[in-house]
Amino acid sequence: MTTRTQTPVEREELISGSEAIARACALADIDVVTAYPIRPYDTVMQFVSKLIADGELKCEFIIAESEHSQFEIVKHASAVGARTFVGSSGVGWFYAMEAIAVTAGLRLPVVAMVGNRALDDPGAFGCEHNDALAVRDLGWLLTWVSSGQEALDTALIAWRVAEDPRVFLPCAISADGAFLTHAQQMVRVPDKGLVERFLPPYRRGEFQLHPDNPITIAPQVNEDWLMEMRKQSDAAMRRARGVIVEACDAFERVFGRKLTPFVEEYMTEDADTILVGMGTLAMPIKVAVRRLRAQGQKVGFLRLKWFRPFPVEDVQRVLSRAKAVGVIDRDYSFGSPFHSGVLSHEVRSALYDAAARPPMVSFVAGLGGREVTQPLATEMFTIAGQVARSGRSDNETYWIGVRGKQS
Amino acid sequence: MTTQQLRPIRGVHNAPLEEFYTSGHRTCQGCESALVLRLMVKAAGPRTIVLGSTGCMYVANTTYYSTPWVVPWMHTQLGSSGSAATGTAAGLKALMQKGKMRDEPINVISFCGDGGGVDMGLSAISASLTHPEYNHLVLLYDNESYANTDIQASGSSPWGANTTFSPPGRERRIMNTRWKKNTAIMLAHGHPKSRYFATGCPSYSLDLMNKVRKALTIGGPTFIHTFDPCPKGWDYDPKYSHELGMMAVEAGLWVQWEMEDGKLTYNGPSRMIATGRRKRRPVVEYLKRQGRFAHFTEEDIAYFQAQVDEMWEKWGTPGISSVKLDLTGDRA
Repeated sequence: MTTRTQTPVEREELISGSEAIARACALADIDVVTAYPIRPYDTVMQFVSKLIADGELKCEFIIAESEHSQFEIVKHASAVGARTFVGSSGVGWFYAMEAIAVTAGLRLPVVAMVGNRALDDPGAFGCEHNDALAVRDLGWLLTWVSSGQEALDTALIAWRVAEDPRVFLPCAISADGAFLTHAQQMVRVPDKGLVERFLPPYRRGEFQLHPDNPITIAPQVNEDWLMEMRKQSDAAMRRARGVIVEACDAFERVFGRKLTPFVEEYMTEDADTILVGMGTLAMPIKVAVRRLRAQGQKVGFLRLKWFRPFPVEDVQRVLSRAKAVGVIDRDYSFGSPFHSGVLSHEVRSALYDAAARPPMVSFVAGLGGREVTQPLATEMFTIAGQVARSGRSDNETYWIGVRGKQS
Repeated sequence: MTTQQLRPIRGVHNAPLEEFYTSGHRTCQGCESALVLRLMVKAAGPRTIVLGSTGCMYVANTTYYSTPWVVPWMHTQLGSSGSAATGTAAGLKALMQKGKMRDEPINVISFCGDGGGVDMGLSAISASLTHPEYNHLVLLYDNESYANTDIQASGSSPWGANTTFSPPGRERRIMNTRWKKNTAIMLAHGHPKSRYFATGCPSYSLDLMNKVRKALTIGGPTFIHTFDPCPKGWDYDPKYSHELGMMAVEAGLWVQWEMEDGKLTYNGPSRMIATGRRKRRPVVEYLKRQGRFAHFTEEDIAYFQAQVDEMWEKWGTPGISSVKLDLTGDRA
């Protein structure tokens, strides 16, 4: 995160990623929040409940009896015009999946945090991205954050973009379980007055459910109208790109900190070999980049901040000039083309029409919260470097840091 | 948060003429659930938001470009009537208390069928009844099957009824052997801070409208369970809908009651039965009128009657609750 100026209305505090998002909830003056326990996301609700108990946030805090109810309650609160926050992790996110799907179908701008977690069984608390990725096709805006600061900033951006009438789509903020939800970092927490200049009130307008506006929401449309409505969601998602860019520009004007909207480039300018990834594994990869650069290797790292809408132009621009690209998935997609993870497929798809198509290799790493260490980061650069030299890969997908031999 | 003060309707000629559930639906002829909704929102009036969970009263009522709802209406998921009520009421409360919306009492009613209330949505309804700070009514319209999808057995389909999941066959005449009863009293027992629970039947329309008014006026979360004869699911001539509802009440199979602040009272014919001023009609009359029981043998009818007799003769609260008090000793 680049800091241009230290604005006097931001205060630096040592807080976790979950607490950073909880603070954003108070700054955004949310109206309704629903909680249900599951590790690791639920730390955010512990902080939100404390903020309410201490009088720093006035909102309805509802302890739901299941994740399904948790997401249904905020869906309906959003329909009457309330700003909402919700969240879950792993199988809890899946338990709510019916509500999650219809929230997007109804174009309700609920903001959710996903504390990324493996889908047990077998039991695992650690980070995997398959939970959040399950909504990638449904009309949810989907972003991955990699620091506490980015978590707070992105939450504010999430409400602004989701509630923009040109968008009206829900937004999921993915935060790596434990690595981000629980790890403390120095975070600049802005003043509420400053946030009010950035984040306008949520106005549902002609879609608000209220006796003054007696509309019927979500009747049966069937084959007569559903396709037109799906197309409208598609158009909204396309418009979201521009709204995200606008929000980042406004963010810089208000807070004095520059945010690149969709991707973070790390020493990619002249890089021959570029690794691509999302979330907190950025940190060990960046350290590996610096170490390998010190040895004279031209390596770089591209981090995707938004997965939906997918930053296809940035991906093409940055990667098409590389000699080899390695995509790191903290997820899996069994039986898929090349048996790689989801991100890898998306990057491959984005590069198909690129001016130049670099050879690609896929990595599956860090599943179940297994740490992506320096040796593993270096190993991925080594494999990708071999691809850069030979122009091809013998094995499309490598499992990194796993026992047993590669298939 | 205050509620609208809705006065009891004294006599049918004093019922409001305005309809807030009108033409534009395509429910079956003789559909008593449609009548429940019409009476419900007639009693509630125009400053009302209605949430409807998936079921026949969603699919048959609201087809895009054609809605019977004059008041604002929103669909909710099959198991979400409780959550929809909580979310809507919480959203309104937050916005009004923070000055983001004009402060006025707005009725919130969320309805579900027996699939959405007796089965799938029970957990969320229970949760909604634990929030005394939100004013809303959950109304369960019970036509004793998944009548939208194809008449499949639900938790409240009666013992032995012919449904598409419990067809009588050569090997097994009785496929549905379940006997799940009295969802309202089940919920009333465990939610002491909820002030109003009731049952109703559209054959007794004034009683039903006044129960809706009481539920909305008293404050906090409330629950009403209605018994709705369904010509399609029960297989009878639609003109007998009202009569069948009355027969079920007079046979003691369906019991009309309300519970206000923990005080339980029987209503209408159920009160007459409970106080011994009227004898229960035999259930056979009720059973014989419906195709769903056409396969019943004399033994089946006798068994069915015995279950109803047990409700009235053996239960602690006759017809309503099987809980019996025993202070004579510790048998554990």
